[in-house]
Amino acid sequence: MAAPSHAGHGHDPHLAHHFENPAQQSQAVRLGMWIFLATEVLFFGGLFVAYSVYRANNPEIFVFAHQFLDKNLGALNTVILICSSFTMAWAVRAAQLRQAGLLRLMLALTLLCAFGFLGVKAVEYHHKWEHGLLWARQYQPQVHAVGHDSGHGGTEGGAAAAVEPAPAVPDGDATTIPQAPEGPTGLAAAAAEPLPSGHVAAAEPRNAQVFFSIYFMMTGLHGIHVLGGMAVMAWLLVGSFRGAFTDGYFTPVDMTGLYWHLVDLIWIYLFLLLYLIH
Amino acid sequence: MIYEQLLRSLSHVQEATPKEGTLWMPPPVSTVAGHVDWLFYFILGVSTFFFLLIVGLMVVFIVRYRRREGRGAEPSTSHNTALEVTWTAIPVVVVIVIFIFGFKGFLDMATPPGNAYEIQVEAQKWSWSFTYPTGYVDSNLHVPVNRPVKLVMRSADVIHSLYVPAFRIKRDVVPGRYATAWFEATQPGEYDLFCAEYCGTSHSDMLAHVVVHPPGEFETWLAKASDFLDTMTPVEAGRKLFQVRGCQQCHSVDGSARIGPTMLGVFGHEQQLVTGERVVADENYLRRSVLEPAAQVVAGYDPVMPTYQGRLNDREIDALVEYLKSLKEQ
Amino acid sequence: MAVDTSAAAAPAADLPGTGGPSYLDHPRGLGSWLFTLDHKRIGVMYLVAILTSFLLGGVFALLVRTELLTPGPTIMDADTYNKMFTLHGAVMVFLFIIPGIPAALGNFVLPLMLGAKDVALPRLNLASFYFWVAGAVFSLVSIVLGAVDTGWTFYTPYSTTTSSAVVSMTLGAFILGFSSIFTGLNFIVTIHTMRPEGMSWFKMPLFLWGLYSTAIIQVLATPVLGITLLLLAAERVLGIGIFDPALGGDPVLYQHFFWFYSHPAVYIMILPAMGIISEVVSVFSGKHIFGYRFIAASSVAIAVLSFLVWGHHMFTSGQSGLTNVIFSALTFSVAIPSAVKVFNWLATMYKGSIRLAAPMVYVLSFLFLFAIGGLTGLFLGALSTDIHLHDTYFVVAHFHYVMFGGTVIAFLGGIHYWWPKMFGRMYSEKWAAVAALLIFVGFNLTFFTQFVMGSHGMPRRYFNYLPEFTAYHQASTVGSYVLGLGFVVMAAYLLHSLVRGAKAPANPWGGATFEWETTSPPKPHNFDRELVAGDPYDLDALVWDAASGGYVRRDPAAIRVGG
Repeated sequence: MAAPSHAGHGHDPHLAHHFENPAQQSQAVRLGMWIFLATEVLFFGGLFVAYSVYRANNPEIFVFAHQFLDKNLGALNTVILICSSFTMAWAVRAAQLRQAGLLRLMLALTLLCAFGFLGVKAVEYHHKWEHGLLWARQYQPQVHAVGHDSGHGGTEGGAAAAVEPAPAVPDGDATTIPQAPEGPTGLAAAAAEPLPSGHVAAAEPRNAQVFFSIYFMMTGLHGIHVLGGMAVMAWLLVGSFRGAFTDGYFTPVDMTGLYWHLVDLIWIYLFLLLYLIH
Repeated sequence: MIYEQLLRSLSHVQEATPKEGTLWMPPPVSTVAGHVDWLFYFILGVSTFFFLLIVGLMVVFIVRYRRREGRGAEPSTSHNTALEVTWTAIPVVVVIVIFIFGFKGFLDMATPPGNAYEIQVEAQKWSWSFTYPTGYVDSNLHVPVNRPVKLVMRSADVIHSLYVPAFRIKRDVVPGRYATAWFEATQPGEYDLFCAEYCGTSHSDMLAHVVVHPPGEFETWLAKASDFLDTMTPVEAGRKLFQVRGCQQCHSVDGSARIGPTMLGVFGHEQQLVTGERVVADENYLRRSVLEPAAQVVAGYDPVMPTYQGRLNDREIDALVEYLKSLKEQ
Repeated sequence: MAVDTSAAAAPAADLPGTGGPSYLDHPRGLGSWLFTLDHKRIGVMYLVAILTSFLLGGVFALLVRTELLTPGPTIMDADTYNKMFTLHGAVMVFLFIIPGIPAALGNFVLPLMLGAKDVALPRLNLASFYFWVAGAVFSLVSIVLGAVDTGWTFYTPYSTTTSSAVVSMTLGAFILGFSSIFTGLNFIVTIHTMRPEGMSWFKMPLFLWGLYSTAIIQVLATPVLGITLLLLAAERVLGIGIFDPALGGDPVLYQHFFWFYSHPAVYIMILPAMGIISEVVSVFSGKHIFGYRFIAASSVAIAVLSFLVWGHHMFTSGQSGLTNVIFSALTFSVAIPSAVKVFNWLATMYKGSIRLAAPMVYVLSFLFLFAIGGLTGLFLGALSTDIHLHDTYFVVAHFHYVMFGGTVIAFLGGIHYWWPKMFGRMYSEKWAAVAALLIFVGFNLTFFTQFVMGSHGMPRRYFNYLPEFTAYHQASTVGSYVLGLGFVVMAAYLLHSLVRGAKAPANPWGGATFEWETTSPPKPHNFDRELVAGDPYDLDALVWDAASGGYVRRDPAAIRVGG
């Protein structure tokens, strides 16, 4: 799959043969990347629609369940990603200005931020795991009273331990779907068991697990995209040590930057929608 | 003006399809069937016109303008805005008319009259059960003629769809919510009821009959049917339950294995379960199988039987057990 | 490369060089094909893969129809039947018809029509192909694992609870989605950035407008299918509960997600087909296409409107009455641009000089069958009639008329139109006519009967059926055998032409688009000279040259850079 060698052709070594000139090539690659980003928006869009539908129909679930997310960690991750977008943009600029050392530094910092982001997410996921706050089928919340959690220390345990009763949902916001008295239970009533509610029973609305299904799908998919971005950045970093991308042709760094900014932007929306619910 | 005339002509639509049906449509037996059929034939007429126009022109052109030696195409323009506008505008008008009629008809089909007679419907893989206001449950849908009937439907498992072609009604039955449909039958008789949303192995066997009773006879039928536990012997009542409550969809009484094991000779027979244990099928075993079917699955079968907990009372279960006891091998 | 200077007339001296290497045998070796970046080779590989999928899907179809010869079991049990119709649908939709024309013909023809050397992103193009292969492998694995029995639509909660191999099939379709997205992305970028001098948007051949509109849909709609299938797989594997009512989910939400892609998807199927019809009807009527701007605009209009009508698959699902009304109204709007195209094609034939060669026979077949398919859509777009007809054989007949009678017929027309260019060989016109007739007759017999069955209440996806429908089913099955026979004949003469067909000239039909300005088959790098675009339907610029057995330009300098 190697492109034919450009050595000795008398033209820009980065110019692919089927293009007439570098400008055309650059225009094509750029347009391609923007279209790809559009497909990513639509891909995540489906999840945002699912979020909207469930939140519109059952706002009490979101109001209740989001309090198990740590706003501080979420905010930390947001800051980390915004910083990483900054360092990535700087990396593009460095490549453009042929500053090899700066390029390597900025790429490394961006990667570091990405690692940090994933690290914080790992901490959050671990907390959820420990407390059984998982997606639907695995949802078995075991969030206990303050005494038990005092050993955890840190913000995670504290936030979870102080499980206030769900704030009174104003009439206008309550779900409009009446609960069926002995309504259909859907699949195999034989298999359905009452969800173990532990100590959360008093405040927990029905089907609270829906929130966590959506949370894990959205942040999980986002995390996979972060990993993908990190892989590409690692490749850029390796290349930058070999002098690539600072010889005038910096398009790969530029395109990676575009992708990374979208990943950052999606996270900002996730933070707003999942963590910052009134 | 023309619109009002068209609307008035719709009131004569009952005769759109004659009683015995046509090439396209089964006999129309509900109050909405007339409209649906009228619109169908209207669209058919429009379609036939445009189809003949298109194909006709095509045939004329390939004959008239076929390539002849030495002669190319006659010079002609390659665009004509007036023509484009015309053949865009005419279809627009046509589809608007079709849309409006479809919309009006739909409004009727979606709005049950306030005094409708309510029957509850349960759909499960792979049978229907209809619960009448007396509490009686049957596997067929009995209704009085000339009276609006509203169906309140629910599904025990996956999406099904209740479809009665003769009435031209159809409604998906989605698990986790109630679905409603209504109709008013105009002709006594027996009609087919299908499941119209694919639901697995025996989707095409999930049939029922709609029995439209002549005036006055429906109430008599319902009263007699509802009392079956009192008027029949336990074995007869059990047989009726076996037939109408969906058992026979999956369990044969002739020895053949279907989705579930045969009931012929089941009582007293030693069963091998999927867990490996062996149990004798006594009254308790049979009762438990009805209420907790997943607890004792016979080896070689899948655990697909739905539970009847809350759907059969003790008297009904007793009758069933008596019936099953009577199914001795000869 | 050798230039033939021995021909008598002046135009011949400027013929694209005859002889010399063709893309088919230069470079040589299996590796040169597997790792090719040549859009023509990728197109040919796609063509082989896609036609193989068509064969597989067709076999499933014949098995389905054979089972339906009698009510009750005929050659298989209910579970097997349910898997057969599911596989028929999934293979035909995801492996054959969605990639179909864009991958197999578009890849080959698009750069040529632009006078370009390749698509904008050749490596992405090869990646698209291998995504297709990977998706196909996953789908076939699902067959080995016991196959899927949910219908190609995978409605929940049946699909989340059945024990069949749903996950591998949905993952297969997910991967195939990438193939589609990247092909669309490539086409959009190529058309935007690599048009030659003189080719403004309204000087582009209409096949490219068709591919462009299709690409827009591919790029915007397919990701939604991707997330839907991902959610479905997650539902099965992890139990996330998004579509399961027992866990708080909503099965109808699945339907919205699924059809948000799958309705635009049917326009992915038809738009390139319509593009082919525009090309062929013009060339074989010997006349400039009629209403170029309206045809181009209608392609874009269809692409845009296609995103607004998905709910017409769900009129009986329980969505609100208002939702139903809005979707019904919008559905009728998307019918109009298609009608406009049909009238423009007929107007192109008017006062033309019509040649009934194989490609044109398929155009006529298309007009007949697509008219029926499109018009029967009216019955389904109207709310009250749809309530009766939904989920019956009427729908099955409708979509086969548009997908098969429309897309497949046009695809066959395109194959017969570009076959000489792709392989440098002419096929037997006589046998082509025989196959076309068998296909036309077989198709109508198979599917017209299904309209009548459907309006009489015969539901779809039925293994067993009431005896009153037997005659219809039997007629339909006989038709399917005739249809199959037609394809056997077609395969025979096309394969025969590859080894024994007459050598094709550069321009056997007299087309004015740029693919005819190179040899048949083309050289690896396509063109020897840079081209300047004129009117792609200026057929008078071509004249028959008996010496070379094909058409040549009266004034070759007119399309050359620098004159």
